[in-house]
Amino acid sequence: VSELATFYERMYFIRRFEETLLDLFAQGKLVGTTHTYIGQEANAVGVIANLERERDVIFSNHRCHGHYLAFTDDAFGLLCEVMGKAPGVCGGKGGSQHLCNGNFYSNGVLGSIVPVATGIGLAEKKKGTGAVSTVFLGDGTLGEGVTYESLNMASLWRLPVLFVVENNLYAQSTPIALELAGSIPARGAAFGIEIAELDTTDVLEVHEAAAQAVRRIRETGEPYFLVLHTYRFSPHSKGDDNRDPAEIEERRKRDPLLVGGRLDDGERRAIEDACERRLVETVEAAEAAPAAAPVAA
Amino acid sequence: MTTSQRRCAQVLNEALLGLFATREDVYLLGEDVLDPYGGAFKVTQGLSDRFPERVYTTPISEGGLFGVAAGMSLRGLRPILEIMFGDFIALGFDQIVNGISKFREMYDDQVTVPLVVRTPMGGRRGYGPTHSQSLEKLLLGVPNICVVAASECHDLGGLLVAAVEDDRPVFFIENKLLYGRPNRRPEDGLVGELECRETGTRYPALSFSGNGFAEASATIVTYGGMVPIVVEAATELVLEHEIFCEVVVLSQLLPMELEPVLESVARTGALVTVEEGTLTGGFGAEITARVQELAWNDLRRPVLRVAARDGIIPAARPLEEAMLPGATDVVDAVRAFEAVRS
Repeated sequence: VSELATFYERMYFIRRFEETLLDLFAQGKLVGTTHTYIGQEANAVGVIANLERERDVIFSNHRCHGHYLAFTDDAFGLLCEVMGKAPGVCGGKGGSQHLCNGNFYSNGVLGSIVPVATGIGLAEKKKGTGAVSTVFLGDGTLGEGVTYESLNMASLWRLPVLFVVENNLYAQSTPIALELAGSIPARGAAFGIEIAELDTTDVLEVHEAAAQAVRRIRETGEPYFLVLHTYRFSPHSKGDDNRDPAEIEERRKRDPLLVGGRLDDGERRAIEDACERRLVETVEAAEAAPAAAPVAA
Repeated sequence: MTTSQRRCAQVLNEALLGLFATREDVYLLGEDVLDPYGGAFKVTQGLSDRFPERVYTTPISEGGLFGVAAGMSLRGLRPILEIMFGDFIALGFDQIVNGISKFREMYDDQVTVPLVVRTPMGGRRGYGPTHSQSLEKLLLGVPNICVVAASECHDLGGLLVAAVEDDRPVFFIENKLLYGRPNRRPEDGLVGELECRETGTRYPALSFSGNGFAEASATIVTYGGMVPIVVEAATELVLEHEIFCEVVVLSQLLPMELEPVLESVARTGALVTVEEGTLTGGFGAEITARVQELAWNDLRRPVLRVAARDGIIPAARPLEEAMLPGATDVVDAVRAFEAVRS
């Protein structure tokens, strides 16, 4: 199986998982909230394919499902968690934005996660594990001051932290022109951190850029600031979208899933069918699972 | 000097040195903690010379530092974060409320966050509104953390070691005046003229009595930097007014340890809470609510709270003194009970 086929399968599954969540919400089978990753799949899959699940650590944000699936492949645990089912990866206590599984963590307050990932980098460095601590930020996160404290400390103390900025051009409903001044990569460079900037939805290109980033971190032990320009097709959360539909349509011409066209038709269909089957089975199993219930005190 | 006479800052310092010598997983982060400076209040002196790999002097980034310590503790280390002035914990509240206190429960017990935040609270040094507060009250409403207050009569080294060995996040509240005072441990069950009992809990409570825990007029519950002031008040009450009180000094403020308070209130039937922080929504308010629920039948009269006025702590010494609770306020509160009785 080619690298592209593997990546396509992961991206396709994330896309369909997220679409399924929106369907389940529409059917009233889910409550609470979700922030889907639709349109940004190449980032999670391309970056995380360079990380080792047993050694490296990821701290993700409110839009964490894509990162979680790419790192753990635990669709059942995630779906149960979002559905409030007992076998959820956090027993239903965390829900969509608050996941923990092995070396994967996520939390729901923007910026809050960045110093924690920096501390994880410090711990792993001190323990000598060689791990890379990866944290996923967005353009919105760059509005939080603690992000810059973290960049400063990671550079100052030479910590193995990979800062991945997924710039999807919107902080919830606010376009970047109204929320961000100056340059994104210059923010990393200002702290003396090595940077790379990419404007692509091609998973192979993201993978290659991230491979270089991870290689540099493992060589130098120092942080790296990877800026990925991207776009989400789905609303910020569920139905809250005021963007011009024409803008979204234009971006769909660069849908990361279009790389599937580079695969042999039969292979692509087989991948998609397998994903669809897995998804149906996952939904069935999650629906059949018992609801999370309070433990008697 | 015997152990009981060493200054509190020195006792804490020796405990830190001991912890670093015996545990490889203990780290210290803080502003200006490197030798020869050794921290603004000198509690960390000598650490960086002996353990340079595990002591980090940091940028002035408290918000970030709370997160860094959280990340370290999630990955199996036991960081101690020194926050130079307790007032600055305000910068860390997102991390405290949305991270440090939540990770363990929201991740379904898959992780622990065994960090210690050490910080000095308290006024009476003329430092003014933003360097004199007792903000531990803000922590008392945060579930899933532990708040421990050091006092000059506690086994300070033992408290600090227990905090570092605790798997919960511990906020270890020191006091600026505490540092320079002798650590007055009980000797033969006595601190000065007062008989002293100590619970066997991880963070012990101390109880003091001037008459062998016989009948007394009131229980005074307090903690931390108010201890010498309350002891002075209790002594004055005996000498000047022939009123005996029991004094309960908690070290574990959260989860709130009420047993020694309830036990004493069962004997005295009256309670005064004393804290240096501002009155509203504080330590005394929480104790009062709980004690009236649990010991209504023991109480002869309403619980009284002695605390700072709800306002700022002015810099000028006479203004500061007027703002913060003193021995006279404690004496007056207890005497108010007596006035009701007679």
